[in-house]
Amino acid sequence: MERTQSLPNPRPACWFRLATLILFAATMPLGAADAAPSAAKDTCFDCHRTMNDDASQGFRDDIHRTRGLTCAACHGGDSTAEFMPDAMSPGKGFIGVPARARIPQLCARCHADAAFMRGYNPSLRTDQLAQYLTSVHGQRLRQGDTRVAVCSDCHSVHGIRPATSPTSSVHPLHLPETCGRCHSDAARMQAYKIPTDQTEGYRASVHFQALERGDLAAPTCATCHGNHGAAPPGVTSIERVCGTCHVFQEQLFDQSPHKAPWEALGFPTCLTCHSNHRIEPTGDHRVSTSEKSFCATCHSEGEPGWIAADQIHTALTGLDASLHRVGEILDRAERAGMEVGEARVVQASAQEQLIKARVEVHTFTPPRVEDTVTAGNKLAAQAYKAGEEALAELAFRRKGLALSLIIIALVVLGLWLLIRELEARKPAP
Amino acid sequence: MRRLAARIYDWFDVRFDLADLTASLRHKTVPVHYYSYWYYLGGMTLFLFVVQVGTGILLLLYYRPGINEAFESVQFIMTKVRFGWLIRGLHAWSANLMIFSAFAHMFSVLFLRAYRRPRELTWISGCLLLFLLLGFGFSGYLLPWNELAFFATKVGTDIVGQLPVVGHWLMVFLRGGEEVTGATLTRFFGFHVAVLPGFTTLLLALHLALIQRQGISVPPGMEPAMHVLAHLRKHDPAAAELLLKTAGYQAAPREMPFFPNFFLRELMAWYVALGLLGVLAALAPWELGTKADAFAPAPAGIKPEWYFLWMFQTLKLIPAKIGPIDGELVGVLAFGLAGVLWTLLPFFDRGEGRAQRWIAGAGVFAVAYIVTMTIYGYVAK
Repeated sequence: MERTQSLPNPRPACWFRLATLILFAATMPLGAADAAPSAAKDTCFDCHRTMNDDASQGFRDDIHRTRGLTCAACHGGDSTAEFMPDAMSPGKGFIGVPARARIPQLCARCHADAAFMRGYNPSLRTDQLAQYLTSVHGQRLRQGDTRVAVCSDCHSVHGIRPATSPTSSVHPLHLPETCGRCHSDAARMQAYKIPTDQTEGYRASVHFQALERGDLAAPTCATCHGNHGAAPPGVTSIERVCGTCHVFQEQLFDQSPHKAPWEALGFPTCLTCHSNHRIEPTGDHRVSTSEKSFCATCHSEGEPGWIAADQIHTALTGLDASLHRVGEILDRAERAGMEVGEARVVQASAQEQLIKARVEVHTFTPPRVEDTVTAGNKLAAQAYKAGEEALAELAFRRKGLALSLIIIALVVLGLWLLIRELEARKPAP
Repeated sequence: MRRLAARIYDWFDVRFDLADLTASLRHKTVPVHYYSYWYYLGGMTLFLFVVQVGTGILLLLYYRPGINEAFESVQFIMTKVRFGWLIRGLHAWSANLMIFSAFAHMFSVLFLRAYRRPRELTWISGCLLLFLLLGFGFSGYLLPWNELAFFATKVGTDIVGQLPVVGHWLMVFLRGGEEVTGATLTRFFGFHVAVLPGFTTLLLALHLALIQRQGISVPPGMEPAMHVLAHLRKHDPAAAELLLKTAGYQAAPREMPFFPNFFLRELMAWYVALGLLGVLAALAPWELGTKADAFAPAPAGIKPEWYFLWMFQTLKLIPAKIGPIDGELVGVLAFGLAGVLWTLLPFFDRGEGRAQRWIAGAGVFAVAYIVTMTIYGYVAK
């Protein structure tokens, strides 16, 4: 294995040995507290910790250390040896800092060994290296480009955490930042002639909004590009990538009149309207004849596509407005204390129809959308009627209450007069 | 019309000799003095109980116990049954006003010392009636099978389970199993519409019979004046009149015929209460909430009904452990002991000034404690 750094003098001066020993002894209590759970002897870590260097700082809570691995697992050498010359002896396999080009293979010595990994985490995949070699990063590395990302660039060098840990650099919440460290660096990306606005675009996207809300299922860079096998999806696979989550949209698009011509023209399916990283929240105005419409990008006034967009927009906004009115009237009734639980169920069903119709936009076929919208409008009308009835009932109750109170007041007055008359006629003894 | 009424009366009088019955009503009197208005509270509680019985029977026509039907049937009553909303609103609001009225009645009896000899049994039956009303409140609260009711019942029966020896058995008996389920609902329904009404009717009959037999108590300070007046009326009416004119209202208490004078006044109060119930039912309908889901997490800041809140808040404030004993157990036992002592209160009052002051002090403390802890319970998170 290639050595990438010069080793210290194999015969250090006596004073150095003594100083090392004193330092080691002085930090024994601290060392006990920092001991890995397996209590494996790691003299490398103990010495480096006294130097307070980045490597030992990071390795303190590294997943590998917590599972009992020592520095020697990656750097070679003998982490049980008391003295530095023995610990860092090339004879004992010490390699110093591993060469970047060798890092994937170095990590794969364990991570591609299913039998070995079973002893630590049986559910962890062991095909990371195989996937990496198919990625753009891996292919370029093979070609000798050592500036591309290797394992330690994404997972960090010494402070490696499980990907599920919120402190991990590859946790969904941190992944855009991790990828962006290289991909947003214009100087670094100049040689590859690829844009550097991906992270910025992603941060403006509806996916990032979901992630910010704490939805860890929201897609990040790796969801679409793959993690170890990271590569940009080709035009033909974009629809499949998006369809992993947006299943119905993909199915409906496959049946739509756009499918064949877009394929022929080489349009990137979903991306044609929604863009790639900067996927903004959609709305009914996107399927319309307005300036912000996706449809108006290709279709001109009077074309069948233009007319279809207008029809779909009218249907969707009509149901949306109806549902808005339903919400208002039911809110009013509920605030007044009326029981509108059943009407709320109908309102929710109408809302589901609107969601379904919005998904059916991907058929680009107005009758299909209009059928669903008609069903939704019927439900919305039913819920609105229930709201009107609740308010009418409320008015009836109030009138009834006023009338009852007048009658009660009259009876009370009558009783009072009766008592007065009784007691005036025959005073209480 | 009057002739017809007289003929009907005669028809019954010939057969059942009503004169005996009406005589007692005619001769029944109510003392009139500075604190007379407290006498209306007993009748008010009775009126609200009658409202409960009436509206409860009407609700029974549509209510269906069972976890798949209870919530839906109450929803049906609220939305589809003509005036169902009014009946449920009256039932729910009247229940709360009844418990409030019963508490107020109890404390008025305490402070006017109406519990003292010879009315010990009237006090005891009244206390037991109040406990039964609380039982009505607890069992009725679960019947709509909504989220709040479900968790309130869970917490309430958990507290019962803290009792030593019989706690767990009692909890299982109340729940119909280890958990709050459909078995609890049907069980509570049975308690609410059959068991509790049965006991309440018996105790109420006893309570009213005792009042009828012993008459209405006069506050101790006013008794001598009442006796003097009664004596003068019997032997020297002119002197009685003179006393009434010269001594003034406060010093010379009077009496009022129960029927019709007091009854008509009570009737006025009942009508006012009916109006208040109508206002509450129409303007602040008792909400139904969401259907209970045993697998859903308990809503944050769950609290029982206001009449249990002071006890609930106390249990929350007691430390988890008091020495080797569980804190909640200490609280439950303390409430149990306080309830027993409270019920036996008349036997501690032997007419001495010191014991009376202690009882009055305990009454003031109880009112202050209940009010403070209830407010604290609402304010506390």
